[in-house]
Amino acid sequence: MAGTLLQLTVNGHPQTVWIQDKTTLLEVLRDGLGFTGTKNGCAVGQCGTCTVWIDGVSRLSCITLARTVEGRTVTTVEGLADWWRERHPEDVYHPLQSAFVAEGAVQCGFCTPGMTMAGAALLQEIPHPDREEIREALGGHLCRCTGYEQIIRAVAAVGDRGKEDVR
Amino acid sequence: MSKMHEVEAKPTALLDTMPRIDAWDKVTGQALYADDVRWPHMAYGFLIRSPYAHARVVKVDIEAVRGLPGVLAVLCGPGSVAAYGIMPSTQDEHALAAKKVCYLGEPVVAIAAETLHQAEAAASKVVVEYEVLRPVLHPGVPKSHTALVHPEHPTGNLFKAVDLEFGDMAGGFLDAWTREDRFFYQGNNHVAMEPHAVLAYWRPDGKIEVSSSTQAPHYVQRELARALDVPDYRIRVVAPVIGGGFGGKSEAFPHEVAAVLLSRECGRPVKITLSREEVFYTHRGRHPVSMRVRTAIGPAGRIRAMEFDTELDGGAYGSYGIASTYYTGALQPTTYQIPAYHFHGERWYTTKPPCGPKRGHGTTQPRALLEIHLDRMARALRMDPIALRRQNLTPPHSVTVNQLEITTSGLAECLDAVEARSGWRERRGQLEPDRGLGVACSSYLSGAGLPIYWNPLPHSGVRLAVNRDGGVQVFCGLTDIGQGAQTILVMLTAQALGIDSQRVRVYTADTGMTPVDLGSYSSRVTMMAGNATLQAAERMAALLLHVAAERMGVAEVDVLRKGEDFLVPMADRITPWDDVVKWAEEMQGPLSTVGGYTPPPALGRYKGSGVGPSPAYSFSACVADITVNTRDGRVTVHHLWVAHDLGTPLNRSMVEGQIRGGVVMGLGEVLMEAQAFNPDGRHRGPHLLGYRIPTILDVPEIDIVLVGEPEPRGPLGAKEVGQGPLNPVIPAVINAISDAVGIDLTETPITPDRILRALHKQERGRAQ
Repeated sequence: MAGTLLQLTVNGHPQTVWIQDKTTLLEVLRDGLGFTGTKNGCAVGQCGTCTVWIDGVSRLSCITLARTVEGRTVTTVEGLADWWRERHPEDVYHPLQSAFVAEGAVQCGFCTPGMTMAGAALLQEIPHPDREEIREALGGHLCRCTGYEQIIRAVAAVGDRGKEDVR
Repeated sequence: MSKMHEVEAKPTALLDTMPRIDAWDKVTGQALYADDVRWPHMAYGFLIRSPYAHARVVKVDIEAVRGLPGVLAVLCGPGSVAAYGIMPSTQDEHALAAKKVCYLGEPVVAIAAETLHQAEAAASKVVVEYEVLRPVLHPGVPKSHTALVHPEHPTGNLFKAVDLEFGDMAGGFLDAWTREDRFFYQGNNHVAMEPHAVLAYWRPDGKIEVSSSTQAPHYVQRELARALDVPDYRIRVVAPVIGGGFGGKSEAFPHEVAAVLLSRECGRPVKITLSREEVFYTHRGRHPVSMRVRTAIGPAGRIRAMEFDTELDGGAYGSYGIASTYYTGALQPTTYQIPAYHFHGERWYTTKPPCGPKRGHGTTQPRALLEIHLDRMARALRMDPIALRRQNLTPPHSVTVNQLEITTSGLAECLDAVEARSGWRERRGQLEPDRGLGVACSSYLSGAGLPIYWNPLPHSGVRLAVNRDGGVQVFCGLTDIGQGAQTILVMLTAQALGIDSQRVRVYTADTGMTPVDLGSYSSRVTMMAGNATLQAAERMAALLLHVAAERMGVAEVDVLRKGEDFLVPMADRITPWDDVVKWAEEMQGPLSTVGGYTPPPALGRYKGSGVGPSPAYSFSACVADITVNTRDGRVTVHHLWVAHDLGTPLNRSMVEGQIRGGVVMGLGEVLMEAQAFNPDGRHRGPHLLGYRIPTILDVPEIDIVLVGEPEPRGPLGAKEVGQGPLNPVIPAVINAISDAVGIDLTETPITPDRILRALHKQERGRAQ
């Protein structure tokens, strides 16, 4: 079968994987590299559970063809803490991860990786988001357990951390 | 008097919050769900499903597939050795259809290959010939023999009819004012974010290992044993981390049986993961129910008698259908005193995906109609809807007409709370045009009083061990499907043993390692596994106290606990937990205790009395504040006030999460969601754009009030919270719409087109 080699950086490490034309980034992450933290809730870009960062921007990996991320940098939920620690050596985890735990924003946890990545991306862009900005940013992320309120609170709690720069 | 606990509108003071023990794994990507689990050299399975809702299988040719690249095994029907099904009296399923397909999406052929793509590619080469039959889309006696879903079923397409009568119906309706209402409640799907997945391995020694996203490993083990004709003990079913269930993962599914069989064929572990579309076709969700209620009302608005008829559209197979049918009649009397009550329920086979239990199992639909009906009666009687309900509340510590034993009830306080919080008295009738307030009550079980298959054994078992490292292990068959059951066990164990929760590890959902717990359904886990855990922990605490007293040479009454330490004040001695544990192991060998829980016996002795009893019932009330846009038919929900009596809340953050999640799911059911089908039996939108669930942008302000007193039968006084708060939301919204614009809706979901149609009808009525 035809195929090609893809080179990319995932969570800070260079990777080379064999892909087909139609291989998605989600398949590369989950099946190829074993980063199963990124979830597959629908495979067609409708639920948000597969959200990762491509060059720091929040993207749906299930509808991203792997060949389009050649040479790019991908961050998954497994790498979020490392990414944060590089910039904030005093922390072990991303503050949003701590906030999700503290605020009860996690139930079954299947939407959590996507929510966390999208929420953390929002905090990069808008360090102190208000409720509406949080709702807007997470509008494409489905959760069936929480009713969303505790997720909003978790993101808001990080945004409210004094005037400390969360970037 | 009972005490009112509150979760503030913008909750800040959650008192007894212990973070979930699995939260960190879930925010760091460490938690392994069924599709994340990999076993060495595993293969991938794929199911070929029927493209027709109803057809005879004429021929299946799988020969072309053998020898294709990567193909390891191919199987066609019936797959299972014997018919199986979750209810012992309705075993009507096979893993793969052999003679007939009865819903679009029913599995016909199973293929295992080296990769999923190879399995899918091979599937396209399989030839299945069908003789297509007319789909059966509605309950009712069919006109021709070919419209029988299961021709061998003795009562045709009527799966089951049940009929119950209590009290003096004739007397109740004699000379009484009566009202009759009808409603159609549409079916809907659980939409757990995690699609079902299974990984199965038929080992060379004949033992079978199954890791599956299931809410009930014990029942899956039992059903697999029957379907495969293998002794139960050879099968081990483990539930890894589960990404939500809501009832949708409560029984064995064709893909689970197929994965085991494919593994036997190819000698390798086989994984099958369902796509979102397959989940919609696998279904087992909320039954569509057509309902009729007629009530006789006496002076001062007291209910004298009620008849309630339900007709369930069951889909192609039995599933939990008998229980679902009885549940559509069981819990009406738990909220309101009904002196005479007649219930008739029918469940029909149709050629659609089988329906089963979804959060609120069978009680959600009749609750909607009952509460709408009460509002319409209140209107006719010129009574306040809350006042009418207060006239009829089932009192605490009473027995209902259908022999359900009610213990604690905070229903009156639930009504008080939502009335006060919503400003009901000041605001109702005084709102701007097209805005309205609606109210509804509900009640739910804290665990089903009887198991799915009759047996006298405990419903939940716990084995607790204390190790010489000072740590405690709790083994219990329960499944944490996201509701936080494992965390509750840790909290209860730490509390009962007087130790730090860090010492406790729980091992759950593994039929090969844990004592049986029947599973995560019917809101039973905190009540039953919680009580079993407390019993095991209290026995261990007594054992350690005995050891401590003996070693320190004093009577047990002279040993006190302070924190983790064992104190003998008169001898001024302090012995830490770790030392007492070592003493105990030295004296008694490895330390282990067990606990079990069996619900109190049900009072009813009639056929059907097994559905409805519970150790205790939760109660809830909801007020909805909405506006109807009369031009485009959209409903805006401004605010929901929800009061819930769950006895003692054990973990406020988790309680709040359960209530919010249930309430928002209810909002989806009333306004958005429909598991609906085209005339050819195709799902109208088997994906998350065609089937929309509430997003973060759809959620209104929700105020939660916790009321109630500790339930003596509950662990530390707790009752259920996982399902109850969903039910009142649906009728509260519908009643608010009636209050806002004066229309009486007749079916869910309340989509804009239905609102506009009802408004036009109202206008025509006025014009005449």
